Amino acid sequence: MTPDLPDGVERRTFDGRERLATRGDPVYGEPTDEGWRVWDAGRSKLGAMVELGLDTGLAGGETALYLGAASGTTVSHVADFGGPTYAVEFAPRPVRDLVGVAEDRPNLFPLLKDARKPETYAHVVESDVDLLVQDVATRGQARVAVRNREFLADDGRLLAAIKARSEDVTRDPDDVFADALADLEESYEVLETERLEPYHDDHLGVVARPL
Amino acid sequence: MTDDAHADAGWFEGVGPDDPEAGAARIREGRADAPADWPEQAVESGFADDETDYYAKLHDAAVRASREAAAEREQAGDQQLVHAIRAMDDLDAQANELAERVAEWAGSRYPDAGTGIEYARELAGRDPASPVEERLVSLARRVADLADESDALRAFVERETPEVAPNLSALAGPILAARLISLAGGLDALSKQPAGTVQVLGAEDSLFAHLKGHASSPKHGVIFTHEYVRGTRPEKRGSAARTLSGKLAIAARVDYYSGDRKPELDAELRKRIDRIRGVETDHDNEGSDGDEGSDGDEGGAGE
Repeated sequence: MTPDLPDGVERRTFDGRERLATRGDPVYGEPTDEGWRVWDAGRSKLGAMVELGLDTGLAGGETALYLGAASGTTVSHVADFGGPTYAVEFAPRPVRDLVGVAEDRPNLFPLLKDARKPETYAHVVESDVDLLVQDVATRGQARVAVRNREFLADDGRLLAAIKARSEDVTRDPDDVFADALADLEESYEVLETERLEPYHDDHLGVVARPL
Repeated sequence: MTDDAHADAGWFEGVGPDDPEAGAARIREGRADAPADWPEQAVESGFADDETDYYAKLHDAAVRASREAAAEREQAGDQQLVHAIRAMDDLDAQANELAERVAEWAGSRYPDAGTGIEYARELAGRDPASPVEERLVSLARRVADLADESDALRAFVERETPEVAPNLSALAGPILAARLISLAGGLDALSKQPAGTVQVLGAEDSLFAHLKGHASSPKHGVIFTHEYVRGTRPEKRGSAARTLSGKLAIAARVDYYSGDRKPELDAELRKRIDRIRGVETDHDNEGSDGDEGSDGDEGGAGE
């Protein structure tokens, strides 16, 4: 059975297909309908996790820290259904787009920071956030989540997308995922995992809560 | 404003309630050992009237900080590389020219005189015994200094290029990557070049000779220095150059538009080059000679 969608996320029909949608200004030319815009699971790992029915624990209105926000495609949807949303991205070019997305969203705070160095943004991001999203696609993805554990409330949720090919292209994805989960278990209890196919190849979606 | 005394303070500490500029500077440069309930502290300290006011102020300062920092970082990286690699080439050219002069001069005095920068370095270490030697050894020292500076710039480029263009640097090697960025005029400009242009960057002389009609089209520009081109037998070099430049063009776009490292690019390129060279690989036993990878993705080997 599929968990309930968080408040602020609905399945709506676009061009005859039922798709996830949130309410907000369009960001990347996605289809819109009466103020709702498509949350494309093929472009968003978090969207794929919700679409595939992982029990994300999302209820809507969460204070969120999003690591690896890139151009802001996914984090814009998080800000649509969430509360204060901190978006960390380290590459300058996508941050230019992220700033554009944040300008129209008063609850979205863009930060040009390195997610591997939480001390460089701990003076901005508040403690006890409800949701930590790990979407940084560099080697050591699980360790990034571990290092950012300090921001998460004890009853909060980590939603992580582990990309096998960011760790090692030559290894079997299953081995890479096993290692990443072992790293995560230093500071999290893993509640659920699922491969994100067909939306994203060689990605593992992970739901975890802090130990 | 940015000192470490604030290591356990929020970004708004010491910032006036209506000074987003100072707030942005603190967001960019400050740090803290651990997060805290900043909204509550900001309201308590009088920085914000209430939580809503706090988030509005944070939004202004964060948008401003990120916009400024992104603009500066974009400026910084690739243009500094362009200057560094051009300065390195200037230094090499000057050092070589002066080394020739040193060799010629030294040859008139010592029967065992050598040539090149290495010989100039050797000479630079000598104690001059006459006024003429004083000048000659001094000149040799300039050559050694220029060569040292070139080495230091090379080390700088090798360190910086992976930061600015991680994928291009991984595929091309940091020096060649910096040269391509320099020839295009920046990472921005390089990311907009079609693969065919990347293939002949640095071969402008031959390209214009070809366009005027008195030469064949160049197969490669600076990418000739890449092992995938130089190490491929001559009749296959055109294919190798075309495949390599296709992947380099993609890598430059990924670096410019996303900045994420994509190791799969390396593996795909390796596989395609192996196929061109007729080498069988573990994953792929279709590598018969002459097969040029008709799976050409954008700008790849398609012809």
